[in-house]
Amino acid sequence: MTVLSHEMKTSFAFIERNFYLTRRYWGWELAFLVYSVAGALSISLIGAQAGDPRLLLSLMIGAIFWNYLSVVFSWIAETIAVERWEGTLEYTMMAPIRRSTQLLGSTAYAIVYGLVHTAVILVVLILFFPQLDLARANPLTAVAFVLLGSFSFVGIGMIAAILPLLYVERGAQMTFVLQSCLLLVSGVYYSISILPPWMQVLSHISPATYVLDGVRAGLIEGVPITELGGDIWPLLVMGATLIPLGVWAFGRAERYAKRTGKLKRVG
Amino acid sequence: MTATLSPQLNDTTAIGRVAALVVDHAVKRFNVADKRRPVMAIDDVSMRLERGEIYGILGSNGSGKSTLIRLICGLLTLDAGRVEIFGHDLVREELTVKRLINRVSVDAAFFKKLSPLENLSFAARLYGLEAGPARSATLEILARLGISARRADRPIEQMSRGMQQKVAIARALLTSPSLLLLDEPTTGLDPRSKLDVQAFIEELRVEHGATIVLTTHDLAEADRLCDRISILNDGRKVVESTPIGLKLLVAERYDQPATLEAAFMTYTGRSLDDDHEETEETDEPN
Repeated sequence: MTVLSHEMKTSFAFIERNFYLTRRYWGWELAFLVYSVAGALSISLIGAQAGDPRLLLSLMIGAIFWNYLSVVFSWIAETIAVERWEGTLEYTMMAPIRRSTQLLGSTAYAIVYGLVHTAVILVVLILFFPQLDLARANPLTAVAFVLLGSFSFVGIGMIAAILPLLYVERGAQMTFVLQSCLLLVSGVYYSISILPPWMQVLSHISPATYVLDGVRAGLIEGVPITELGGDIWPLLVMGATLIPLGVWAFGRAERYAKRTGKLKRVG
Repeated sequence: MTATLSPQLNDTTAIGRVAALVVDHAVKRFNVADKRRPVMAIDDVSMRLERGEIYGILGSNGSGKSTLIRLICGLLTLDAGRVEIFGHDLVREELTVKRLINRVSVDAAFFKKLSPLENLSFAARLYGLEAGPARSATLEILARLGISARRADRPIEQMSRGMQQKVAIARALLTSPSLLLLDEPTTGLDPRSKLDVQAFIEELRVEHGATIVLTTHDLAEADRLCDRISILNDGRKVVESTPIGLKLLVAERYDQPATLEAAFMTYTGRSLDDDHEETEETDEPN
């Protein structure tokens, strides 16, 4: 228990530091928020133009929740990239902390940041589309799926964080490749049924597929979470697998970086 | 062959008490893409430091000084040999060792948009310090280094290089390391800042009993601060002695002037001018 509380306390270092960074870069954060709102609006307007309220809501949900998942994913993956850029990576790696503690702190902040960011976009979109009928919506189902999906994305984010650790110049950009592949196969803006069969196989191993299914079922159909077991258990299995896998893979990558001298590089 | 005027003590308890640092036959090689054979960055280096000692490591650019520092603080893995800090094995007791050491490198690496207080708060939490006492200690150390509380709240990017380096030293001191690794801490500083930092290093040893490993290109600094000095050349320790011992060694054995400059040139086989022409440390492949 003492060890656990010590680790939780130490992981707060990363939450506090990332909060300070957000505060100091508030202008950029505002710009990023404008970018995200504009992107979500542009996609949702396709549904508005079609005059189909169901399509509008479906695209809106896709845009908002994809934004959430990519913000969480980016924060975790970029944790290493930012340290590399600032030159502080060696100091963090020298500190007497477990790597799981570092990743726990970074992911906790990423989830809170992602929720706040997404809430702002949600409010803007609801104000922009007053015709939306959310009378049947079951927000509890939506929130539960967002949180469940976060575990899997935290694991994928940890694995993605290996890229900037090992590939100094382009590692951070390579994480976007991973993100776009998830976007392609997860049915964010269209049904996965239109994908070729081999891509549909991939969609079943993407946690985003199940998150979006669950959120859409909750907000459009008002389905309670108790009736969505088929989407819940894959998320539970993926979360329970991907987080330990992420910690393990990051540890292996760290050892490789220490053997080859890759921690030293800055920029 | 290493020339040594002090006893070669590589066992942790060779003189009846735990050594601050034992480096025992350390070896580190790097594979460089365009070379078939690995580059030997550290070649069978051994050293033993007693508590409270300031130990200097001199050498040309690329001689292995920074690599050795990185090996000691666990940022690189050893290919052979072992490192012990206050009796704790670096590999087997990694977290314990990490609590005992800290490092200041030539580049003051910080989150530049954050203030010294914010950066040091992060460091303090990583080492398990409570926020309140850490803040008081931070302000106290910064004040000792000439940085006011008002400056401590502004982004580090607004500070001069010398001020940033002082904040880097404060970050290391905040965690009260028993072993402090200073990797060219005064390189690039103006004479006043350099003297401030040197005085602070002396104070650290006198008042806090810290053990310090110092790498430097400033021979006057090494002469002033170090109890013992070793010179690295191509990854090998070629000589180890006290500053006065080194001077006598080159005077008696090589008929050179009794200076650290003469010792450096004799044992590295190059002039100081050659060394200064190189612009960056190249001891690790990128």
